[in-house]
Amino acid sequence: MKVAVLVFPGSNCDQDMLGAWQLMPEVDCEYVFHSESSLEGFDVVAVPGGFSYGDYLRCGAIARFSPVMKALQEFAESGKPVIGVCNGFQILLEAGLLEGALLRNEGLSFICRPEKLRVVNKHSMFTSAYVENQILEIPIAHGEGNYYCDAETYARLKSNGQILFEYEHNPNGSFMNIAGICNSKGNVLGMMPHPERVVESLLGGTDGLPLFHSILNYCQQKTA
Amino acid sequence: MYKIKVHVYLKENILDPQGKAVTNALHQLGFNEVQTVRVGKYFQLFTDNVDDIESRIKSMCQKLLVNEVIEDVDFTIENAA
Repeated sequence: MKVAVLVFPGSNCDQDMLGAWQLMPEVDCEYVFHSESSLEGFDVVAVPGGFSYGDYLRCGAIARFSPVMKALQEFAESGKPVIGVCNGFQILLEAGLLEGALLRNEGLSFICRPEKLRVVNKHSMFTSAYVENQILEIPIAHGEGNYYCDAETYARLKSNGQILFEYEHNPNGSFMNIAGICNSKGNVLGMMPHPERVVESLLGGTDGLPLFHSILNYCQQKTA
Repeated sequence: MYKIKVHVYLKENILDPQGKAVTNALHQLGFNEVQTVRVGKYFQLFTDNVDDIESRIKSMCQKLLVNEVIEDVDFTIENAA
């Protein structure tokens, strides 16, 4: 299985993301620079966290116009898994691959600490290796992670099972405690917490690991 | 030369924590007449070519300057010659 980790000027979680995927011997993971125009041959694309283009204008707003994003649109439309974490989530929202927006944290502070999350829907290609309602501890590290959508969008996300993760104790003002959502097709995930930072007990936990295994399982079942 | 002033601000129903912090600071300084502050963005665009400019600005806003999920916009075009 081949995984692409996109790298924009200002990405800074790309190495952690690559490292997480490389823990699985079945995975061949490599960086793809923002200036590339093709994602051919990849089975999964990960958009890592960081401060792409210095967060100028709005977080993720400039990254959206990188050449690789056109390829990512097509990749997402083909139904293959796309995961965006933190700034990656912001980029996917700005690109219109996910619904809603991320506002400044309610308390204005940049928050960097472990947070408890609940797996709201385990029937997705990203969460199948978790248990329904499982409580996870995954770190967050953001200043603009306050998820917002209008009531109509929320109702749709909810009824389609597109809300995958919720905070147990809302850290940033996110609407209805939302921490991670997917698109209506179920193949594009965006989340503010960093699963790639909790994949080895030496690093303080392994609650992120099942997310990567879920995607791997999905891809293996598809090709089997 | 024309100067286009583009104001982008959070929609009314969206909480503006930054504006709230500024309001509190103004109150601490004794400016108690200020009830609410909303913080937004102000862009100045300069151009000599104003052909079809209104619809072009709208397109710029929609494609880049504004996130329509959370932000509203208004703009004015001035002759700055």
